[in-house]
Amino acid sequence: MSQTVFVAGTGIISAIGNNVAECLDALENGRAGIGHMHYFDSLHREKIPVAEVKQDNEGLAKFAGLPGTKSRTALLSLIAAKEALNDAGIENLGSLRTGFISANSVGGMDKTEKFFTEFLADNSKGRLRDVVHHECGSVTELVADKLGITDYVTTISTACSSSANAIFFGARLIKNNILDVVVAGGTDALTKFTLNGFNTLMILDEQFCQPFDENRRGLNLGEGAGYVVLVSEEVAASLQKKPGVHLSGYCNANDAYHQTASSPDGTGSFLAMSGALKKSGLQPGDIDYINLHGTGTQNNDIAEGTAIKRLFDPHFPKMSSTKAFTGHTLGASGGIEAVFSVLSLQHGFIYPNLRLQTPMKELPFTPETGFIKNAAVKHVLSNSFGFGGNCTSLIFSKV
Amino acid sequence: MYIRATGNISPQKTFGHVPFLADPVAYAGNRLACVEPDYKNFIDVKLIRRMSRIIRMGVAAAMECLQEAELTMPDAIVTGTAYGCLEDTGLFMTKMVEYNEELLTPTAFIQSTHNTIGAQIGLILQCNNYNNAFVHRGFSFESALLDGLMLLQEKEAATVLVGAIDEITHFSHAILTRMGLYKQGPVSSLDIFKSKTKGTIAGEGAAFFLLADAPSGNDYAKLDGLKTFYKPKDIQEIEEHISAFLTAHGINSNDIDLVITGRNGDAHSDGLFDQLEQDVFSKNFIVDYKNLCGEYPTSTAFALWMAANILRTGEVPTSLSCTGSSENTIKRVLIYNHYQHIHHSLFLVSAC
Repeated sequence: MSQTVFVAGTGIISAIGNNVAECLDALENGRAGIGHMHYFDSLHREKIPVAEVKQDNEGLAKFAGLPGTKSRTALLSLIAAKEALNDAGIENLGSLRTGFISANSVGGMDKTEKFFTEFLADNSKGRLRDVVHHECGSVTELVADKLGITDYVTTISTACSSSANAIFFGARLIKNNILDVVVAGGTDALTKFTLNGFNTLMILDEQFCQPFDENRRGLNLGEGAGYVVLVSEEVAASLQKKPGVHLSGYCNANDAYHQTASSPDGTGSFLAMSGALKKSGLQPGDIDYINLHGTGTQNNDIAEGTAIKRLFDPHFPKMSSTKAFTGHTLGASGGIEAVFSVLSLQHGFIYPNLRLQTPMKELPFTPETGFIKNAAVKHVLSNSFGFGGNCTSLIFSKV
Repeated sequence: MYIRATGNISPQKTFGHVPFLADPVAYAGNRLACVEPDYKNFIDVKLIRRMSRIIRMGVAAAMECLQEAELTMPDAIVTGTAYGCLEDTGLFMTKMVEYNEELLTPTAFIQSTHNTIGAQIGLILQCNNYNNAFVHRGFSFESALLDGLMLLQEKEAATVLVGAIDEITHFSHAILTRMGLYKQGPVSSLDIFKSKTKGTIAGEGAAFFLLADAPSGNDYAKLDGLKTFYKPKDIQEIEEHISAFLTAHGINSNDIDLVITGRNGDAHSDGLFDQLEQDVFSKNFIVDYKNLCGEYPTSTAFALWMAANILRTGEVPTSLSCTGSSENTIKRVLIYNHYQHIHHSLFLVSAC
């Protein structure tokens, strides 16, 4: 039974790039992906900025090798998952027990919306092909089938912590000797459903978001997908490119405070972070970088910040929210940020918390504002917290 | 692992202290609806008003399960749902279309997320422990159950609350009907296996289980194993999976006292069970369940509830639809289901 679960590959598509190299270049050069709606359409297009992947569905479809009529959520997923598998370079994948554990928040909702307007006027109308992939799991299966993964396929949806839970679950399937290789992460495309939902909660920033800033106004929604390829010790040993990073800790806790708001003291966040530390056998002082959940809402950032203060005070690691680049990609965010965390370890990079002007006065620490190269990074903590009080923290470590 | 307690809201009278499927409810038409309890005994009245039907059903089934287990705080809460909270999803989408993305209110959106039921249970219990939600079609419940079993094996938890919830709404029934899932014309639910026609009947349900790593002395049954397989090529591959599963548990089909199969009355879907019953299960006592709860992606939670109750009493109620018979006390049950030929699952359950 494998005690260590290694990260053998990473793949990503987001508003700041269609692959790992493009995303890293944008992070290094401070290029955010937020702007006016161009590919996505909504009544709020003039008012609410979003972080779109810079490609229409037809373009993504060609790139992915799926028809352009499929949900954008599946197209994004397939592109990032393929990159992750290529990066891992596992030659004998067919002979290994392989799983695809993906997360998303609303499945093929982008297509369901198209269907629903006609359907609502007349229940015999609307093209069924637009609603057939409504289920979250159906989006996962479109991608699993293209990847040729059949041994274990499932989908997790715990709002904004979804894909961190997918990675966590995938690692446990390896540790329990059920699988040898797991492609784990998540995907979400922008939809009217989520944009309007967040808009009713009045937590969308009409300007570019400023996570962990005293004057933060809310979040920008984004889209994308991020996956890691997790492998057992045995598979890791067989690879030409030896994995240099492993998933050393994880914890899922619940805030049990409110369906959408975080508790003021960040109980769930604290339990998730401290639980992940305990699992990894590390002390708070061992963490070199925290990739914050950092949505930019009043509520999240103070809850998360308060929990960090309680756990790390007085020695704070470097930290930043990369959502200032990618927007909040919901079901994909834990996957995208896991990829950023792994890249931080591989390259010694610390990413800037863009647009931070005034640090929060309640907090005794300030996130990083510049891109740092050649940083000594051995352990990275990645936070993903969501509606329903679902809080998950992952720790990635250098081998 | 032990099934210490259950809570089940289904189209049958299954909730609370009622005789085990003594008097099945027959439905005319292709849509079965849950028999809902008086929620006041399980949920705060103020909360009930805000909750949609699926949330009420899920929370009440979970609370009943915990009450029976005499447990206030499970170490983990894991749910499975294929469709999630459809009523709230449909409500928010309807308003979004009708008001053209303006004048919307947040409640339906907030309650539409797939983790709402697990989150509400956590919130009501003030439970800060592990909380997860699986949303994978005909594997939703099986994935949740695997998560729960692994938590027990890893010693991360000693008690896990695992459940499955799916609802039918006006919209989902209309859409799935257009996709050709359901029988047309007059149907009587209890007779679906005789019809030999195309289509099944729509079902729904909320079933929760309290799993524990140690016996309580008053458990329903032991859950010995669980296996899923995805899109098998042909019947040979299905039979290989079934044999391998039994072999892994050191048994063969002769050691099974009862097989619960997922026949749903659709001639095409049931053909597979006909073949298996002539082959691997040819000597077995077999009982079906979807004439009771209807077809839906998480119906195996109803089947597991049925298996747990049969094992507690050792007998199959005479009211059920059976093939063959058994002289012996039922000590070991195999559940085999497939959902739309895509999601196949096996559960091995035994008497304590």
